[in-house]
Amino acid sequence: MNGSDPSLGSLTATFALMSLFAIGGANAAVPEIHRIVVDVHHWLTDVQFADAYAIAQLSPGPNVLIVTLIGYHVAGIAGAMVATLAMCGPTAVLAYVVSRMLGRASRSQWPAIIQAALVPLSIGLMCASGLILATTSDRTIGAALVTAAAAVLAAATRLNPLWLLIAGGILGFAGVV
Amino acid sequence: MAFHAPASVADSPAPRVPRPQLGELFVAFAKMSLAGFGGVLMWARRGIVEKHRWMTADEFNDTFALCHFLPGPNIVNLSVVFGARIRGIPGALAAFTGLVAPPVLIVTILAALYARYGEIDALRRTLAGVTCVAVGLLFAVGFKMMLPLLRKRDPVAVLLLVAVFVAIGVLRLPLPAVLSVMAPLGIAASYLIRRRRAP
Repeated sequence: MNGSDPSLGSLTATFALMSLFAIGGANAAVPEIHRIVVDVHHWLTDVQFADAYAIAQLSPGPNVLIVTLIGYHVAGIAGAMVATLAMCGPTAVLAYVVSRMLGRASRSQWPAIIQAALVPLSIGLMCASGLILATTSDRTIGAALVTAAAAVLAAATRLNPLWLLIAGGILGFAGVV
Repeated sequence: MAFHAPASVADSPAPRVPRPQLGELFVAFAKMSLAGFGGVLMWARRGIVEKHRWMTADEFNDTFALCHFLPGPNIVNLSVVFGARIRGIPGALAAFTGLVAPPVLIVTILAALYARYGEIDALRRTLAGVTCVAVGLLFAVGFKMMLPLLRKRDPVAVLLLVAVFVAIGVLRLPLPAVLSVMAPLGIAASYLIRRRRAP
């Protein structure tokens, strides 16, 4: 990317393609978003990527909003809009078409078979997302402990995730991580 | 979460309450979206099934299963499919815009603030703490989703899961390459298993 400004076209192409491989939702696509955005295009640093993920989690709305933040970082407000629409558009059209077809089709066993195959893949992708983000954010023992505590609390209780995120912010502000 | 072709939905296009207008769809999805910190699904279910009674729990599960097995942001797909079932393409657009536009506005403002103040040390530390928790939450979701597979003692599913985790998380291979190998493998395996169980 010899230093040239990444264009809106590049954002569109990147995220439109990405959306079609985001099996299991936006969080499953985090490793690929990280690979393309940090390693291939150098649009963001590791730390900026981790920050974008944190801000997206702190905001209300679908997890896909990490893409809006990346788009803004690359090309301002236009970039935010373009990246968001590129990430949502193609699969929204696909979902519309498939739901129309299935509405009329007879009861096929294929959707169940495809789903049974894709669920483990999407869980594997989410765990990979966790690992990739952890390698950039958990650089101290304190940080790793905060991550572990959040994982245990979220898995074992029905606490609203927002409280955990806020607690993490306070711990970070206090210099624990 | 078995997938059934939503025959019942197609047979009876009129839900049990009056079909919402486009404006209502927009507002309902905007509310669900803005309530959804760390995921909108729970609020979508609450809004669509419990509050508005636009779908039964079964219809919602069928619709979500469809949106989960398709690629892309699940909840975005759900808004489009649901909106389209209620009011065609204008309904899909109303639900989609309601879900996405208000949070995008908020996030864009946060992005502008980050671009301006992101280097301030106190903000850096705070965000680092938030990231640590966010990663923990991600592991927790993965763990919760994994439990049913572990309970079923489904070796094929666990093998697929671990293979993808290693390929993407450890080896950092490109996702399209990994999926173009693993998805057909997984589909073939689950097809063969089903055929053996129910000839």
